[in-house]
Amino acid sequence: MKFLETVMGIPMSIDVRDDVDARPAAERAFRVLREADRRFSTYRPDSEVSRANASRESPAPFSDDFREVVAIGETAARDSGGAFRIRRPDGSWDLDGVVKGWAAARAARELHAAGLRAFCLNAGGDVVVSGSPGDGRPWSVGVRSPYEPTAMLAVLQVTDAAVATSGAYERGAHIVDGRDGSSAAGLLSATVVADDLTTADVLATTVFAIGPDGVDHALRSGARGVLAVDASGRILAAGDLAFARPAATS
Amino acid sequence: MNSRSWRGTVLFTVILVVMGATVGLKLYGVGDQVTAASTSVHSTASGTGTTSSGSESESSDATSGSSSTPSTPAPSASSSSGSSSAATTTVTGSAVQTRYGTVQVEVTFSGTTITAVKTLQSPDRDGRDIEINDQALPILQQEVLASQSANIDTVSGATYTSEGYIQSVQSAIDQR
Repeated sequence: MKFLETVMGIPMSIDVRDDVDARPAAERAFRVLREADRRFSTYRPDSEVSRANASRESPAPFSDDFREVVAIGETAARDSGGAFRIRRPDGSWDLDGVVKGWAAARAARELHAAGLRAFCLNAGGDVVVSGSPGDGRPWSVGVRSPYEPTAMLAVLQVTDAAVATSGAYERGAHIVDGRDGSSAAGLLSATVVADDLTTADVLATTVFAIGPDGVDHALRSGARGVLAVDASGRILAAGDLAFARPAATS
Repeated sequence: MNSRSWRGTVLFTVILVVMGATVGLKLYGVGDQVTAASTSVHSTASGTGTTSSGSESESSDATSGSSSTPSTPAPSASSSSGSSSAATTTVTGSAVQTRYGTVQVEVTFSGTTITAVKTLQSPDRDGRDIEINDQALPILQQEVLASQSANIDTVSGATYTSEGYIQSVQSAIDQR
């Protein structure tokens, strides 16, 4: 069963291969994503992050979720020497680098808690896969080419893992190297495979912000594997990556 | 990437080169040379195959090689004269754990022909250069390129995407 909904302005899909009625579980997972959007969207003036930014002089007590996201971001910022960051230069919160992966990881846990074992959750390109799509084979996760949106750079075989990609495409250089505020320019895209999506998403952003040197950092920080393309088109691959076999040909 | 896949793919990768080359050239923006490229692919593929089977060493320990001339790898004997301007690609291999330590190489391809191999990381435990098995070198490149034509279940990489994306990649996949 497949479910598709736009949350946070991006398409999010849940593909369940367990032979059960997955609608209640999918609805719970989407609810988690919608709640995260309500709490963390900077486009909503009444969101917690907007209110926190509006009253920085006298901050109200933060919710548990807010503190959890900030803690993840602060750890990533510290571990990356400041390349990853959750505050803008003016001191306001910029939690987008954490929220999507964190929320999608939590949504995936809802699916798992509901008893689902074979599913794929795709939150606008951040992917969590569990079990097998069928026949016991792993999930085949295409990594978009930084050169052409509809082409694949590679197809990875993964299961019980998360895959996140950061790139300069679609909206230009949206990731900033927090160390000097410049646009990250060392890589065209960075993909990280990790046990959970919170880790994969944060590390993909970090690798992209740091550049090629970030690959080793990611491996030391919980990435299973890293696949990146540098500015000159070189493919950097490190760690444990399984590439899918091409479709059978005549 | 474990040692199993390094061993098992040697013969198979010869076939993958042919497929990967075409896709790879498209990827790097020289798709208009497909005809010339695929002409040279066949000779390259057979050249690679010969080398692979010639350099035996069943083990993937990557330490058994002897002639350490990183800049002139063997398989480039093919006659790639037909392709005047094949794309030059440099690929960094996975850091592979061997019992002697970590091995990582960087391979430069002209089209599908290996033109240079540089050792980025080697155990170097005994102060001697570690030569990487010829058969192990192209595997990353081939696996990456070959996988481009694999069937996919989902796509990673649409961070900060647009509404239009619903109608394109992801919906296409979701509706299959």
